[in-house]
Amino acid sequence: MKIEREIFARPAAAFDVARRRADFPILRERVHGKPLVYLDNAATTQKPRAVIDAEARYYACDNANVHRGVHALSQTATDSYEAARSKVRRFINARAVEEIVFVRGTTEAINLVAQSYARPLLAPGDEILLSAMEHHSNIVPWQLACGQTGGSLKVIPISDAGELDMEAFAALLGPRTRLVAVTQLSNALGTITPIERIIAAAHARGVPVLVDGAQAVSHLAVDVSALDCDFYAFSGHKIFGPTGIGVLYGKAALLDAMPPYQGGGDMIRSVTFEKTEYNDLPYKFEAGTPNIAGAIGLGAALDYVSSVGMEAIAAHERDLLAYATAEASRIPGLRIVGTAKDKASILSFVLQGVHAHDVGTILDQQGVAIRAGHHCAMPVMQRFGIAGTARASFALYNTRDEVDALIAGIDQARRMFL
Amino acid sequence: MTGELRELYQELIFDHYKRPRNCHALVGANHRAEGHNPLCGDRITVYLKVEDGIIRDVAFEGDGCAIATASASLMTEALKGKPVDEVAHLFEEFRGMVTEADTAAHPELGKLEVLAGVREFPARVKCATLAWHTLNAALKQQGKPVSTE
Repeated sequence: MKIEREIFARPAAAFDVARRRADFPILRERVHGKPLVYLDNAATTQKPRAVIDAEARYYACDNANVHRGVHALSQTATDSYEAARSKVRRFINARAVEEIVFVRGTTEAINLVAQSYARPLLAPGDEILLSAMEHHSNIVPWQLACGQTGGSLKVIPISDAGELDMEAFAALLGPRTRLVAVTQLSNALGTITPIERIIAAAHARGVPVLVDGAQAVSHLAVDVSALDCDFYAFSGHKIFGPTGIGVLYGKAALLDAMPPYQGGGDMIRSVTFEKTEYNDLPYKFEAGTPNIAGAIGLGAALDYVSSVGMEAIAAHERDLLAYATAEASRIPGLRIVGTAKDKASILSFVLQGVHAHDVGTILDQQGVAIRAGHHCAMPVMQRFGIAGTARASFALYNTRDEVDALIAGIDQARRMFL
Repeated sequence: MTGELRELYQELIFDHYKRPRNCHALVGANHRAEGHNPLCGDRITVYLKVEDGIIRDVAFEGDGCAIATASASLMTEALKGKPVDEVAHLFEEFRGMVTEADTAAHPELGKLEVLAGVREFPARVKCATLAWHTLNAALKQQGKPVSTE
């Protein structure tokens, strides 16, 4: 009976983290003679055996170019590549596979939308609305498009807790707003943004919304149909897949009306020196030989996440973040940066008298990998008046014991600098 | 604490981090440059007062980690009164000490030798050399900020 009560009291206990850890070969590595405690998941996640095997199997057994050969291997490779696209569609609940464009990552997805959607549309005085907690990859592509067109950026401010100022958002959403581009989960603060309300408010004014899902996709269940977002971008490597592969979801009507981003093979139907007819969606946006192995690896990663279950993952990570937040708050001189009510997976902090870089080095010597710096979100750091933070970020394979190692390491850094 | 950590974070480093010397803007400076480490966002400004080829005074301002701050502080102490044409050699010695596997002593570096432990931490070499790169830029009076990248 006691056991049963504990399970009900702590739903995360039902999640078999030891079994999940066994799926990730790298977690058996040692660093500086200590077991690896990998808490830099917001930078990139580790890969389960299933993903490593899927890529290896492709190269060992099926390697061929896609969409062109008549031979058997080319057909197998094409089938596997397109099967991966179907898995992505299912995973984010898009309506059609035509809406799933394979790209290199979130950065390329946003650049694609900035150049093929925003740039042709923007006139001098038009506005792109972002938030103050965006990653550089959701700022600079829009700056480039604005520089090319005379458009300008407007920025939704954030509170001291790191929450979006929704009143300011409503006021900024104006007659010249052509697009809203916001993160679903801040990589620097861990804030989950009220993306449903943002989309509803923007759509009420006929403004489309791009969601940067780079951080969110491995922590929150994503349903682009329910969200009704117009574009959704994410990277494979942040959801246990390979680097160099990512996804741009776009509503078919929008993608269809957009000019190609890059020209080359595969994105054409016919070419003469006078005129080129472009291929159908999504191939119009996939010029050149794609990252076939990467797409197949991403498909395997999404299968893996689905088999574990996003609800179970989210519950486990909620428990870890709550535990880490409570433990870290007890360290004298530690201040958590990003204290939004709705948060996931990220603990960003500064330690009085100890620079984040020094915290990072001292933790590394204990085998604990975290990120120190501005996290490619320099405007966020400016907002909080700091040069950078130390950031621990959790994934499904992390444990309370690893949080304890983190806390012990931070406390060691504090004592060293007393 | 591991041996490498103790080598890196020596008492003298903590001392110069907590109480950096010559850490202020320099009135009457005739050379000045800003340095930036884009990896961590650290920034530093180095000021120099050079007369007759001699560094009469040197100071820095900035917000950085223990290694970057202590390195800048120790650098200013080492440079005061030195002829400008010795700086390049000193920087080469210093860079060699923090980057090369060669653990030979560097007596001419004096107190700067306390930073030798950095060689075991390749990710921190840029912290240790930021002040020196900025110093070089200040002596050359380059208009734009220097970066460790």
